[in-house]
Amino acid sequence: MLAMNYRGPQRVRIDEKPEPKLLHPQDAIVRVTRSCICGSDLHLYNGNVPDTRVGMTFGHEFIGEVTEIGPEVQKLKVGDMVIVPFNIACGKCHFCKQGLFGNCHESNSQATAVGGIFGYSHTAGGYDGGQAEYVRVPYADVGPTVIPEGMDPDDAVLLTDVVPTGYQAAEMGGIQKGDTVVIFGAGPIGIMAARCSWLFGAGRVIVIDKIEYRLEFVRNYANCEAYNYEEMDDPVVFVKKTTDWMGADVVIDAVGAEATGNLMQTITGRKLLLQAGSATAAHWAVNSVKKGGIVSIVGVYGPTDNLFPLGNVVNKGITIRANQASVKRLLPRLIEHVQNGILNPKALITHRVPLEDVADAYHIFSEKLDNCIKPVLIPPSAR
Amino acid sequence: MENKTPKDYSHIKGWGIDADPKNDPTYPMKHRTDAEQEGYNWERPTQQDINIEVLHSNERPNVSAVFGTSMPPSGLSGMIRRFAFKHSENSYLHWLPLLMADRVNVVEGVIDDFAKGTVPNIFAEKGWKADWEHNRSGLIQKIGVLALVTTAAVVLLTRKKNS
Repeated sequence: MLAMNYRGPQRVRIDEKPEPKLLHPQDAIVRVTRSCICGSDLHLYNGNVPDTRVGMTFGHEFIGEVTEIGPEVQKLKVGDMVIVPFNIACGKCHFCKQGLFGNCHESNSQATAVGGIFGYSHTAGGYDGGQAEYVRVPYADVGPTVIPEGMDPDDAVLLTDVVPTGYQAAEMGGIQKGDTVVIFGAGPIGIMAARCSWLFGAGRVIVIDKIEYRLEFVRNYANCEAYNYEEMDDPVVFVKKTTDWMGADVVIDAVGAEATGNLMQTITGRKLLLQAGSATAAHWAVNSVKKGGIVSIVGVYGPTDNLFPLGNVVNKGITIRANQASVKRLLPRLIEHVQNGILNPKALITHRVPLEDVADAYHIFSEKLDNCIKPVLIPPSAR
Repeated sequence: MENKTPKDYSHIKGWGIDADPKNDPTYPMKHRTDAEQEGYNWERPTQQDINIEVLHSNERPNVSAVFGTSMPPSGLSGMIRRFAFKHSENSYLHWLPLLMADRVNVVEGVIDDFAKGTVPNIFAEKGWKADWEHNRSGLIQKIGVLALVTTAAVVLLTRKKNS
């Protein structure tokens, strides 16, 4: 089968690989029909995530058709079209039982801090991902959800990560009616977090980034304010000033390790890898939230350390909430929102690219060429 | 798993006096079951056959019930990864060797390509075709800088040799 093949930082290609096999009684094999490149894939692509092995296939946002099931799989059948959440969850462990499906304890041997994630390095379990024609999907009765009839596959594929992560970012903000919410990052997750903040009753939503075409997009898509931090002296002072010098009630970091905007963070976090990515957005979030406010972090960072204003967290009495999205928990509600037209995820897709052109797709997304917001890879059998 | 949670807190003055289950900062992200009070027990899923080398964190006692089988450790990078997994996730001796192993692995990948008779097309792998289509001036600039640096290096090395 055709599969994306990681060869080193900023080097990927399409290769022939053996088709996956059932390795566990609760496995399924899925023929991929859509697979996205996620902003967090860029951390792998840039070589920032430890234990990213050459030869691995990335891709944790995919949908497809079930072609084979293991003997213990009861809820799915061959031929089902499924949304596959990015996190691999057993549904039985202490954490899954609490709805923390992103923190499963039976899907990742290599690190205890994170559950298994498709195609996301050996630090997240060493699973090959969905930027391929076929994928092995463990615990097939737990995560995968049958795509409701009539749902556009482009909407469905964004329910694997972008929509739940954006929604959970807003949910973790504990937004109360009338709250001012500031979101750092106008990538797909930031855009969705801005849209979802309204669903929780936000009174004002402000997105801050530096990419003009994305700011323009989020302004229209989420009906929010959007500002370019390169046009400000200091984004934190800007937030303070626009909130009666108090700070925002809720601030969301939807950027993570690839942040720009602070030279020292960029050099130490992205160029020299002396910290687990550039913590610029998290830094700004802590400093621009009001005292007693909530910072919600969904931006992905590496597993080591970051330069972070911990003293201000204490002195301002800030609550920090963070996690990988619990996709399975959120899916029923989000499917409803898509079906009722409250959310329109597919509007984020700007590029539909043949799987064979995966290297170009990564480069376009990484370098933000051609006004790219979200690229989707389409394997030959789904075209 | 044995339940090691003490059941009797009478020796701790004031224990639980201000407990407020509704003041759970993770609510509603976590459906609190309080199952931990009974100990950490769950019926483990069937164990996937371990017929490849699976490195596991020393912060857990076992290999998870399922695991990925992509690229088991091998070669020099594999040796470095095995060393890394002797140290906990709390230690730089875990993460920094892993990053080093990743870089060594890139070189191993190139050697492996050549061994299989494949010459890696670095330009295609880096997506330069997309640059040509969407960022032509940037690509030309990039090639210019590359040519300049290469020429400077060649001149410098040749000069040293001659002198």
